[in-house]
Amino acid sequence: MASQNPVDNTSAPGKTKWDRVQEMDEFRLLILAKKEFVIPATVFFVVYYFLLPILVGYAPALMSRKVWGAVNWAYLFALSQFFVAWAIAFLYVNAAKTFDKYGAHILETLKKEGYDDRQDGKEGL
Amino acid sequence: MHLDMTLFLFLAFIAITLGITAWASGRSKSSASFFAAGRSITAWQNGVAVAGDYMSAASFLGIAGLIAFFGYDGFLFSVGWLVAYLTVLLIVAEPLRNAGKYTMADVLAYRMNPRPVRAMASLSTLTVSTFYMIAQMIGAGSLVALLLKGSGISFTVAVSGVGVLMIIYVVFGGMLATTWVQIIKAVLLILGTILLSVLVLAHFHFSFYEFFQAASAVHYHGPDGKEVVKDFMTPGLRFKLPYGPLELISLGVALIFGTAGLPHILVRFYTVPDAKTARYSVVWAMVIIGSFYIMTTFLGFGAATIVGRDFIAKNGGTNMSAPLLAKVIAGDVFFAFICAIAFATILAVVAGLTISASTSFAHDFWTNVIHNGVERKAGEERNVARIAAFVVGAISIAIAIALGPTANVAFLVALAFAVAASANLPVILFSIYWKRFNTTGAVTGLLFGLVGSIVLILIGPSIMGIDPPGTAAAARHAIQHVPIFPLENPGILSVPIGFFGAILGTYLGKVDPRAVQRFEELEVRANTGLGSEKASSH
Repeated sequence: MASQNPVDNTSAPGKTKWDRVQEMDEFRLLILAKKEFVIPATVFFVVYYFLLPILVGYAPALMSRKVWGAVNWAYLFALSQFFVAWAIAFLYVNAAKTFDKYGAHILETLKKEGYDDRQDGKEGL
Repeated sequence: MHLDMTLFLFLAFIAITLGITAWASGRSKSSASFFAAGRSITAWQNGVAVAGDYMSAASFLGIAGLIAFFGYDGFLFSVGWLVAYLTVLLIVAEPLRNAGKYTMADVLAYRMNPRPVRAMASLSTLTVSTFYMIAQMIGAGSLVALLLKGSGISFTVAVSGVGVLMIIYVVFGGMLATTWVQIIKAVLLILGTILLSVLVLAHFHFSFYEFFQAASAVHYHGPDGKEVVKDFMTPGLRFKLPYGPLELISLGVALIFGTAGLPHILVRFYTVPDAKTARYSVVWAMVIIGSFYIMTTFLGFGAATIVGRDFIAKNGGTNMSAPLLAKVIAGDVFFAFICAIAFATILAVVAGLTISASTSFAHDFWTNVIHNGVERKAGEERNVARIAAFVVGAISIAIAIALGPTANVAFLVALAFAVAASANLPVILFSIYWKRFNTTGAVTGLLFGLVGSIVLILIGPSIMGIDPPGTAAAARHAIQHVPIFPLENPGILSVPIGFFGAILGTYLGKVDPRAVQRFEELEVRANTGLGSEKASSH
């Protein structure tokens, strides 16, 4: 099926820059660091979010208990979703600084080894 | 008096945005500048524009109205709309920016046999955009007809006007003009919402305690004419057992998985120089969108307590809650200002939808499917997109006019989110993260998700239902039969169908060594930005 693509040079002999990056330690660390953050964060926000309709839908009496004046648990829990979402976004941006460092390091190594970033950049699109 | 004021403010908005379009048209010569604003948009600009694309009339008018009528249950809509951005931020935005060029299909087709995948992706993009757009245009038309009653501006004229303007923005100004239209609109919308919220709080002497007390005892008249007092802070006024909670969960699934599959949101990440900027722009968008949706508390409960359900029901219905609140609390001038913002909102969202639909048609379908990835002469793709924008606009105007101002269009937006969640997201995820994924899987995933969500909506309560005799023709269900599927939003079932389709197709198809090999390449690209499309210099 490779012939389907008009600009396919991945089957060319020799090592491509993609293979080179795949075997770098920094790349493996980058993927690992991303997984370590993104998977737990995603699981957490999905669970935390779906707790809201589940609790509100199936335990309305509990959620209607008043906490402060007319404000009840249902409203506070809904409101907390906004702040939790912002907090996760903030933590992610912080964690992503490490990802960027690995990325920059990988590009630098490639340049030193003579791979050109602009070359075949538009391939396959 | 408010009529002249609204018209004046709206004309001012049109004049400014047309000025921007003229400026942008000089800068939209190349394809990268037409489709992706030269990848020159900064993080905050793109963040505001994403927020602008997202906060449609459904949010501003719709959610405020739902809270005004159903209290807390309406506010539950607000929550999902923000949380959904975590999927965009954590999973989709950066890989997409790194590995694509103009459309979502760039990433989907990267490892696969591009023609079938792009054809299906383009079909699903056009489906999502068109449904979303028709809903917005009917909303615009009925709003105008309502607000400008007696001014001689009819539904047909209003819809056509919105349609023609959006075509002008997109055809002449491309992505750059569309982006700035979004930014101006988002700023106006936020300003209006803040003002309105402060006025509501001022009404309650800036006491949150007093405000929520009022919301816990809302007076209105039931359908039997008796006065009732309801605590609007308690859940369950709209979503009742047995299906209410499931409906909520299903909506949540569609939102959480659908937002990251909305083509008009995804294309925005191609307008920034790199993945890091894309990341920061999502955070900007989350700050704006979150603040806005928290403030729907004041808009909705404010309308319920200060204006009252009875008055809103008599003066245009749920969607008029926010404008009527402005009128009651601050008079005609502010009412005019809020109405003008509502128009601007619809106009901007429709322009964003048009450009994503026409980009997908030109880039995915015309160039890559019909002409096998070769642009025969420079600028062809851009010209095709311009023609497509014109056609998409014309078709949407025609359908919106044919359906008329009273058509029940809420299901169209639900459908747009459901298709995005069920067809687009599973395939986006697997393309980026699953090595074994292949062409067959991508095509079946898109197909199952698309067909699954459409069929479930067709056999659900939006289309099927038995109306009591005497129901107005426009409000009647299209099929007079007990709904086969009990939920209005099909997400809870259609998203698993989409994932199932993608997995099934992958295992039915052969292991594609090229797709596996290109996965390694895509993984490097998506995670490092190596070889990504760079910003063009003006």
